[in-house]
Order: sequence, then C-alpha cells, then structure tokens
Amino acid sequence: MTDVATSGTPATPATPAPPARGRPVTLGPPGPEPTANGRFEGFGGQFVPETLIPALEELEAEFRTAWTSDGFRAEFADLLTNYAGRPTPVTECANLSDRLGVRVLLKREDLTHTGSHKINNVLGQALLTRRMGKRRVIAETGAGQHGVATATACALFGLDCTVFMGAVDVERQALNVWRMQLLGAEVVPVQSGSRTLKDAVNDALRDWVATVESTHYCIGSVVGPHPYPWIVREFQRVVGDEARAQCLAHLGRDPDVVIACVGGGSNAIGTFTGFVDSPARLIGVEAGGLGIESGRHGASVARGVPGVLHGARSLFLQDEAGQILEAHSISAGLDYPGVGPEHAGLAAAGRAEYVSATDEVALEGFRLLSETEGIVPALEPAHAIGWLARAAGNEVPAGATVLVTMSGRGDKDAAQVAEILRLR
Amino acid sequence: MNLGPHLTARRDAGASLLVPYVTGGLGDDWTDVVRAVVDAGADAVEIGIPFSDPVMDGPTIQAASVRALEAGTTPTSILGEVRTLDVGVPLAVMTYCNLVFHAGCTRFAEALHDAGVDGAILPDLPLGEIDEWADAADAAGVETVMLAAPNTTDARLDAICARSRGFLYGVSLMGITGERDSLATSAGEIARRAKAATDLPVLLGVGISTPEQAADASQVADGVVVGSALIARLLDGAGPDGAHDLVAAFRRALDGD
Ligand SMILES: Cc1ncc(COP(=O)(O)O)c(C=O)c1O
Repeated sequence: MTDVATSGTPATPATPAPPARGRPVTLGPPGPEPTANGRFEGFGGQFVPETLIPALEELEAEFRTAWTSDGFRAEFADLLTNYAGRPTPVTECANLSDRLGVRVLLKREDLTHTGSHKINNVLGQALLTRRMGKRRVIAETGAGQHGVATATACALFGLDCTVFMGAVDVERQALNVWRMQLLGAEVVPVQSGSRTLKDAVNDALRDWVATVESTHYCIGSVVGPHPYPWIVREFQRVVGDEARAQCLAHLGRDPDVVIACVGGGSNAIGTFTGFVDSPARLIGVEAGGLGIESGRHGASVARGVPGVLHGARSLFLQDEAGQILEAHSISAGLDYPGVGPEHAGLAAAGRAEYVSATDEVALEGFRLLSETEGIVPALEPAHAIGWLARAAGNEVPAGATVLVTMSGRGDKDAAQVAEILRLR
Repeated sequence: MNLGPHLTARRDAGASLLVPYVTGGLGDDWTDVVRAVVDAGADAVEIGIPFSDPVMDGPTIQAASVRALEAGTTPTSILGEVRTLDVGVPLAVMTYCNLVFHAGCTRFAEALHDAGVDGAILPDLPLGEIDEWADAADAAGVETVMLAAPNTTDARLDAICARSRGFLYGVSLMGITGERDSLATSAGEIARRAKAATDLPVLLGVGISTPEQAADASQVADGVVVGSALIARLLDGAGPDGAHDLVAAFRRALDGD
C-alpha cells in the first residue's frame, strides 16, 4: 500500500496502513536452568541408553547457543507471531464468572495455528533441528495435537516426519491421524503395552536409538531426558510470560489463582513459569479418570512414586515391584502415567498444587464452557474447567480471580464426546 | 564365582566367550533353560528381569518380557529361583534402572548378591547417572557391566571402561536388541576401540544373530552376548533342548569347529 496522503491527490481517510506482518511477540529472557546434571529439586536427569548420550549433548549445546542468540530468538518470535498467530488473547469470561462466582480469564492457546499450545514447542524444535543439520524428525503423540503440530512444522521446514501413536489413540483421535497424513507425516500405530502415549514414547525412543545421527526426536512435553524438560519449558513459557503481562495490563495485578491441566505438563509449566515469582496460587489439574480410588487414572503427582521412565527421574504410577502402570483418561493427551520432572520438583517444593478431575468432571467442563462462553475446549483443558466449576466457592474462594490456560480447542474431541453422550 | 576373573581366565586360556541371555520367568522351565545353555558351553549367563517399558529392546525381547510379566514374574520371584541355580558359571542380571531404584540401590545390590548373582547390566543407566548404583553394587560385591556404543567418543570410552566391572559390553550397532541379517560394520570398530582402551574382556552384543556372525565378531572381540536369537526360539517353544542345540551351535562356531 502506498502513502496517498503525500502524493497531492485528494486525501483519503487517515487510517495508517496496517503492518504487513505482526510485530514479533516479545520473548522473556532465558529462564533458570536446571542443575548441571539436569535436575529440578532432584528430579530429572539422563537415564538413557549410551547411544543417545552424544545426541543429548549436541542438543544441549545447540540449544544453549541458540537460546541466547538474537538471530534465533528473532526467528522464533517471528514464527510464533506470523505463523502460529501469537500473541493469543486473554479472554474475560463474564457468563461463566456469573455462574461460578469467581472471575474467570482464559489464556487462549486454542486460537493458535493447529489449535493447541503444542505448536510453540514444535516451532522451536524445528529451528533447532535445522541448526543441527538433521533431516528427519520423529515424535510421539497422544491426542494427536503434538503429532499434528510436528507434522505442520516439518511440512513448513521440509523435514521428513514420523509420528508414533498408540493404536488406542489412533482409534479415538482419527481426525488428527488424517491431518498428520495430509501434512505428509507417516503415522506409526504402536501396538505394544497399553497402546497409548507411554508406549508411543517407548517406540519413538527405540527408533531414535537406531537413527539418532540423522534424526531429531521432537518430544512433545516437558518429559524425557535432560535437556528436553528444560528446552520444552523455555519454548512454552511464552504462554505464561504473555499471560502475566496481559493480566497486569487488564487487571492491574496478578490473578489470585493460575490453573492448567497436566499430562506431561508442558502447557502447565509454560503457564506457571510466567507466574512462579508472583503471589498467585499455581494449580495443576491431572486426569482423575474413573476416580482416584478406582486406580484407573493419570494422577501421577497425587498417586505416583519417584522412579525413572523415559529418561528422567520423576513421579510415575507403579506397582509394588516398580513396573509402570497404565494410566487411564478420557483424554488421550492426559493418558500418561508420569509427569515432567519440574512439576515433581514444584510439588516437592510446595510451590504448585496438583489436583485431579475425573472423566465425568471433564465432560461437565466441556459442556459448561461450550454453553456459557461459546468456546469448545479440548478434553484436556476441560479437566481444568470442570475442576474449577466444582472448586469455585470452596478450594477456590468466591470472588477470586482465576486464569485458566485453554491449552487447545475441542474440534478433535467432538466426535468422541458426541459418541459418549449419544450412548447415554 | 566372580564374573570378571572367570571371563578373563577363560579368555586368557584362548577361549572366545559366549554369554547367552535368558528372560527370567519366560516359561515355567526357564531355569532349566539356564542349565541347558550352560551345559551347551556358555561361559556366563545373562538373566533378564523383565520391565514394563524396555526401551533398549526390540519386539522379540519385548514379547518375552510381556509373557513373563503376565505370568506374574517379579524381581523377587526371579531372584528366588536364581538362588536355586548352581550352574558353575557366573550369572549377571540385565534389567532397567527403575526396578533398581524402586527397591533401593543398596537393597537391590544385596538381593543380587544373596541370590548368587555376580554382575548387573543396566542399559538405561549411563555413566553420568551410574554412581549411586555402582557404589552400592561395588559395596555388595556385584560387578556393574557398562555399555559402550559405536558413537561413544574416545574420552567417554576410557571413562566407561574405567567404571566397568566384569566385562565391557560393546553395543555392536546403532539400535536396539533384535535379530539382524548380517553383522553390523560398526561391530568390529567398537570392539577394536574398546580392546585398545581396557584389559577387561570385551563382548559384543545386540544383533548377534547367528553362529557365523558370532564367529566373525570374535575375530576382534573377546566374545559375544546372544539374546534375541535365543529368545525367538524360546518364544516358539524350543524349550531347554532347543536352547541347548542353538547355544551348542554358537559354541562350535566360536571354537572354530
Ligand atoms: C490440548 C492439549 N492440552 C494439554 C495436553 C497435555 O500435554 P501437556 O501436559 O504437556 O500440556 C495435550 C496433549 O496432547 C493437548 O493436546
């Protein structure tokens, strides 16, 4: 668009030309590092086959350089802005607030490209993959959101992409399987173990042991061996950093309570990192499945014990001998028997609280947000909404101001929920 | 009997070492399988304690682990049966570190020792994380066998060899356990580098699938670990007799007969 006002022709209304591209979001400064051996309050570490050690060392060195390089940060910020659609808004939920007697704000990760917070991490890791000169990317996925995000970034960057997905999840997230294939990824249904997210991570690790010299493993949450929990947290903290600034601008202060759902814990840690030095209460909502007492759930902080899985020491659901138990959740993205090490550390330090919401409560949350606000949440953050709906007025005092991270949108779950409700 | 001294003496006497792997709890007769492979010429036996999430294992050993776990196998039940074995060669346990940490390093190491186990192989416990376990194992008299991979750097290889007890486990290829059509080209190279770095016996494992491959591997290495090739036959119902035949064939190939 040319500037007609200075060319002597009749003046057009003085609206400034919109920028062709958004001004890149501002990234917070690099956050605190885990200890040298990758620990958060003793959790974390690098419990992997020897074959993977050189790749983890390379990745750590690459990330360390990249994350303090202006060029890398500018490129990441540009992708987050002009490709992923950041910053995402914070939405005031007047109707829901009226209903619950607490003031509810949503951080809208559901509005990002591909529909969940997973895109933030994946764009960062795709940039790292390119820097390391690798041509192939593998990923695990539960709900399919991380798989779709990875397949998207690989399409954009021209990388080969293989996504491991438990056969059970392939079934319940059929739409996302198709989306990944459309984007050019190969989806490998995993038949081992519980055939869900845990087993998808196992098979991704097994692939990586054989292909590590040419392949980057793009882990989708703040789990796995060091440096992954640190890298993924740094790529996701844009959620919390943005939300903190938006809350300050909108409320003039921090919210009283910050809530996010916890599978592996990436949207929650991304959110919490922005508020960890604020007075806000931090609450992670885990999958309560059929109820904690039923033993069929994904509440790893509440019911897990310290152990080692997928390369890190953290909290995991285990039997008396130390065999990892299958998790259960209506939501594929929370159907994981462990939690990222930094969450185990935050729980141990008492800085964050972890609660759970059952499948039933998540379905309540799913309907409630849809009906009151016209926002259909993914089943994962529906756990956070459902928990809040029941906790408002007791664990969360009436009148409190609450920020909830809406980590993704519900399109992927519509068919599954419709089927569940139809069968009733 | 100690793992390192026994294998070293056998090597120094000119033998190529043969260490078969048997999944503990795979079938009611798994201890008979251990006896059979010793009878067929094994120099030591690696006994797997199955774990729910064995990331270093391919489909064959995964299937064996699932079968053993579904039969109710636990670390305690396996060690209880190991205690009854008196086979005349050293035994090493191979498992994943969560089972060790869950029990507690000292308790687990002492349980191994009490069951008559000489060594331990923990493929997901690399050098940087080894100390807590290895110190407990040293104190209990259990030898911790370390693994080196084809992409391990020279400096790291030296440190791994220095920390390893019993023998040095050379991973023959970039990958997980499972049968392969041919011996990886990386096998000779990691064996040669490891031999230059340590006096411990150097055994190649992962992917050693046929007696011919074992014979080739032992041109450079001091011996081999044979896992999936044996487990595949056990899963097919080969039983102790079938296991004996297969291990005897490996023995003959290694002896040059
Ligand atoms: C929308 C959404 N929210 C949350 C999660 C859980 O992951 P995390 O705990 O890493 O945020 C997923 C995982 O698939 C997801 O798709």
